[in-house]
Amino acid sequence: MERKQKQSFAKWITSGKVNKRLCIIVFTAFPLILLLVFTYLPFARMVQFSFYDMGYIGSREFVGLKNYISVFTRDDCFKALRLSLFYLVGAFIQLALALLFATMLTGNIKGSGLFKGFLFFPYLVCGIAVGFIFKFFYTRGYVLDTVLQWFGFQLDNLPYWLRDTKVNNISLAATSIWRYMGQNMVLFIGAMASVDKTLYEAASIDGANSWQKFKYVTFPGIKTIVVLNLILSISGSLSVFEPPYVTTGGEFGTATYFVVMDKLAHNSNKVGIASAMAVVLIFLILLVTLFQKWFSWFFLGDFEHDSKLEQIKMKKRNKLAEAYAEGTNKGGR
Amino acid sequence: MTHSSKAKGKKIIARIVEYAVLIFASFWALLPLVSCVITAFKTPEEYQSTNVMTLPSSFAYIQNFIDAWSQANMALAFRNSVIILVFVLFGSILTGSMLAYVLSRFKFHGNALIKNLFLFASLLPGIAMQVSVYQIMYTLHWINSIPGYIVLMCGTDVISIYIFIQYFENISVSLDEAAIMDGCSYFGVFFRILLPLLKPAIVTVMILKGVSTYNEYYNANLYLQDKTKLVTVATSLYKFTGPLGNQYNYICAGVIITMLPALIMFLLFQKQIYSGLTNGAVKG
Repeated sequence: MERKQKQSFAKWITSGKVNKRLCIIVFTAFPLILLLVFTYLPFARMVQFSFYDMGYIGSREFVGLKNYISVFTRDDCFKALRLSLFYLVGAFIQLALALLFATMLTGNIKGSGLFKGFLFFPYLVCGIAVGFIFKFFYTRGYVLDTVLQWFGFQLDNLPYWLRDTKVNNISLAATSIWRYMGQNMVLFIGAMASVDKTLYEAASIDGANSWQKFKYVTFPGIKTIVVLNLILSISGSLSVFEPPYVTTGGEFGTATYFVVMDKLAHNSNKVGIASAMAVVLIFLILLVTLFQKWFSWFFLGDFEHDSKLEQIKMKKRNKLAEAYAEGTNKGGR
Repeated sequence: MTHSSKAKGKKIIARIVEYAVLIFASFWALLPLVSCVITAFKTPEEYQSTNVMTLPSSFAYIQNFIDAWSQANMALAFRNSVIILVFVLFGSILTGSMLAYVLSRFKFHGNALIKNLFLFASLLPGIAMQVSVYQIMYTLHWINSIPGYIVLMCGTDVISIYIFIQYFENISVSLDEAAIMDGCSYFGVFFRILLPLLKPAIVTVMILKGVSTYNEYYNANLYLQDKTKLVTVATSLYKFTGPLGNQYNYICAGVIITMLPALIMFLLFQKQIYSGLTNGAVKG
């Protein structure tokens, strides 16, 4: 009797519809709970906290918009966003370098694997180690100063790279370029590998030089990923955190917006203001994202549609190139 | 004749310029690391008396590494990091692929909603949320708990889900249908048929998630505060911020020890790392 029931239960559980529902529930429950607990619940609480004067422990008091007013009026909060400009310029330089090296390394150059490895490896070094490496690197009279002296610079003319407020944010943005340029480069190399090789041959036959090849063959093929990275670097430079956090700890005027926020929350126990800061920045990032959507829709068209168009164009170009090649061959004979 | 030799000369010059630029860039990429290696092999006296870029008298002096290893408690740090890495990878691969299976194979109410929830979450910068995540972890008594930290690291992961969804879309649905016809349950389809086919996607996720988990410093520092027991490889270096802050011969040795596993992995799995990054970037 019991056995029969069990069998029918097993049958019921494996029968199509029930099994499907069970599968959906079991497979989505855990990831969804994680998402809610670690993303949406904190998000909601953060919005709530931003209206209170509070710490992690102790009493809290509702203060309305006072925290938001503080964010915009305090010297160390909203104004910290101007440091993002350094990182934004840094990000543009990083992308330009990544494009340059990716182009060089996709051409058949000897030792390209080695160069690729050298330029990429910094990406695998952990953040805190990067911090120590560059504290050492920039210390007065140490690595950078020594090397610059090899090239004929005088030590007295060199600034204190991490203390001098004129240069220290540039020094930090440079560490970020050092760390992430190789990763961008690898992405671009990957994208370039998917560009049709015959197009380069066709371009060579047409007598294109390497800049023209880049402009008319390579770049159209990787436009999407370049523009995507360009736009990502805007929200990335708004939310810079690790370079100053691990290298200077935000001292000497290098505290970016999130470093200030982190200190307010975890050192000064001012959770209310920190939450308001986070909400303001998230709002800004959402604005940038909306702008990005509009931008890509306006200038690039729908990505998928775009790539299909490209394919059609490519086929046409191939045919033309073939016809051209045939023509020249015949002419030569 | 002259025309072609001129073009050839131009080509050679272009090549030389290319090599010069690449060597110059590699020099700056490697300089910070090489200077670290040089310093790590110096005796304390040498470190005090010579310029940082002067080579050490011998590359056989490994006392700095031994001291850094014991001072930063690295044996424990590596043990903890390996435990965390194994569970985080297992957890995020399993949950990520399961969710991707459901989202890409079944049409049901809420499918699009769940996709959008994850998409929106990927826009929120992780650091911004930490103010209130900390409070939640505190309420759950998950501060200073390795299991708690593992769950947190699995939970804040969106990219792997996208990689799996993309991959599922390339596997024909007729495969599932055939298995169902043969009496396989939906769970069976996933575990017996699809999961083994997901290998390339799993490798990609392992690389991306593995690098970020092994290198994670901020969260590890915040949620594993008891540095005597719960130290990870990344946070073990924290030891050197205190009174040891200027003794770079030890610090560099410590930095190199933490970098070695990454270097070995890189040398062994270069191709997979490159292609993993490229695959992961399409949606990320």
